[in-house]
Amino acid sequence: MASEILLPQHGERGFWLRLAMGLGVLAVGLAAAWTMEHEGHVVTGMGNEVVWGAPHVFAIFLIVAASGVLNIASMASVFRQAHYKPWARLSALLCFAMLAGGLMVLMLDLGRPERIVVAATHYNFMSMFAWNVFLYSGMFAATAVYLWMQLERRMNRHLKAVGIAVLVWRFLLTTGTGAIFAFLVARQAYASAVLPPLFIVLSLAWGMAVFVLVQSACGEPTEELAQRTKNLLGVLAALALYFTAVYHLTNLYFARQHEFERFILRDGGIYPLLFWGGYVALGSIAPMWLVWRRRATAVSLRLAAALTLLGAFAWLYVFIIGGQAFPLEIFPGFEASSSFRDGEVAHYAPSLPEVLLGIGGIAAAFVITQVGVQVLDILPSADD
Amino acid sequence: MNAQSVAREGSAAPDPDPAPVSRRRLLAAAAALGGAAIAPGVTLVEIARAAKPGEPASSKVRWGLLIDANLCREGCKECVLACNRENGLEGGSRPVDVQWIRKVELKERSTGRKLGLPVMCQHCAEPPCVDVCPTGASFKRADGIVLVDRHTCIGCRYCMMACPYKARSFVHEPLTKQKPEVPRGKGCVESCTLCVHRIDRGERTTACAEACPTKAIVFGDLADPGSEISRRLREVESRQLRADLRLETGVRYSGL
Repeated sequence: MASEILLPQHGERGFWLRLAMGLGVLAVGLAAAWTMEHEGHVVTGMGNEVVWGAPHVFAIFLIVAASGVLNIASMASVFRQAHYKPWARLSALLCFAMLAGGLMVLMLDLGRPERIVVAATHYNFMSMFAWNVFLYSGMFAATAVYLWMQLERRMNRHLKAVGIAVLVWRFLLTTGTGAIFAFLVARQAYASAVLPPLFIVLSLAWGMAVFVLVQSACGEPTEELAQRTKNLLGVLAALALYFTAVYHLTNLYFARQHEFERFILRDGGIYPLLFWGGYVALGSIAPMWLVWRRRATAVSLRLAAALTLLGAFAWLYVFIIGGQAFPLEIFPGFEASSSFRDGEVAHYAPSLPEVLLGIGGIAAAFVITQVGVQVLDILPSADD
Repeated sequence: MNAQSVAREGSAAPDPDPAPVSRRRLLAAAAALGGAAIAPGVTLVEIARAAKPGEPASSKVRWGLLIDANLCREGCKECVLACNRENGLEGGSRPVDVQWIRKVELKERSTGRKLGLPVMCQHCAEPPCVDVCPTGASFKRADGIVLVDRHTCIGCRYCMMACPYKARSFVHEPLTKQKPEVPRGKGCVESCTLCVHRIDRGERTTACAEACPTKAIVFGDLADPGSEISRRLREVESRQLRADLRLETGVRYSGL
């Protein structure tokens, strides 16, 4: 099989160039975070209505997709699918890198990022956030061990056991991320039991799309693997769309949720546009068509993956920002107005520093991946 | 550590001075007896239940507010101004400005009836902000006051996502001219403290209740059946905001 894999040309010079570019973007992201920390969040588009903005869109994307990108490694070590094995190490490295990038963004967006040690030493076990601190750090540790088992030939015999543990942890992690929102009883957009499984499915689809794009930059997969990846991406995109539909349809059944659904699906301006155009049409239906049409090529697979990621950002923007922009219903049956904008749809426009911080998180993942690929035996080799 | 974070729920220390009769206690008892002769019974009970300055918060009291929307005048914002003065808030109304209390104008959709009322932290018995706070910086004192510990708030804003009343604000900018008794800080979340610094000094009213020209806001001990707030709650129909969530708010509304 290894002979079928066209190994990439990753010379020294190219590596340093890519690393310098990645570090440059990361430095810009860190400078943006410093500005936010120094000036305060007044330099962002966030306020007292939309309290989680663009950084959370990037961070949650990176964390959720980090779990999903392990699809390849799980297929190889848990389900014994030999076609995926050569790429399993890259899958684990990407998970580690994206998790680090996502957590960096989340941490640097805190009002008091210097108090991160407080978050690591004071736990309120009633809080889903506190549980997520364990889930994220546990995922780091589990993925590091997983990678070690993959790289160290003597440890290969433990690969299945560790792979199963990591698979379970992946589901716990995305369940936990979905539960951050599912436990918010106050807001119309959240407080739904369908969110944790929805996040699991989204992670599988988005992670798959990330893997397809990174893989295509690293080398050509076998025809067999390309075919399987293509089908998997289509199925996962369809599943994500199905769960998203269930989430909205259950809301549409409850009279108290009608106004919110009208806002997010029809009257909310940018949010319905991003939902229908960005997520449903471009981010779900187009990728499905691209991978399942008769003459699907490697290019159509890449395009499908890129569109899935575009859809991911659209989905998260609508869910996170749109969910907060819709006014809290504190006085049912009344029209409310106040100096604190009660009853009004909140305005939000992402500012440059917060977007740069988010892109910095992607750059951090890129840098870690580059260094990992360069110093470790990550890419498919003749031994696979 | 500031006064707000001294006494969390369940951490009320046992009486530090178990001596039989100290001079201080003797004088307090004498004062209470003297007061009993001239003060109405309601006031007497409130004094007896109130913590002395410096003492931990007690779970025997539950501080709260009763707001009568019928008495709240259209256009009047005295409570908001008083809160800002008391706590050293800037008083702006941009989306990034801090507002601990705001006057909400309401119009009933079905009847067109208009009314107004102030909304602040509702000091829930089951506060969602406390449940979701990852570090435990959001906490409820034994006497029911919900606060943020400025030393452990990391500024994640999860409590703002969880609050059903939009009662919390994030400090988006560096602060100046802070009041020593009301510690605040950039990058932290904050909300109405029910004038906890006053309560801990032994005072028995909040800035908003004191400033209200029509006495639409009544502050008192919900756990004391003899307090004015409890008496009024028995006499008039009152509501909790988002009562469907069963958070058992410490702030109640009548005339809504």
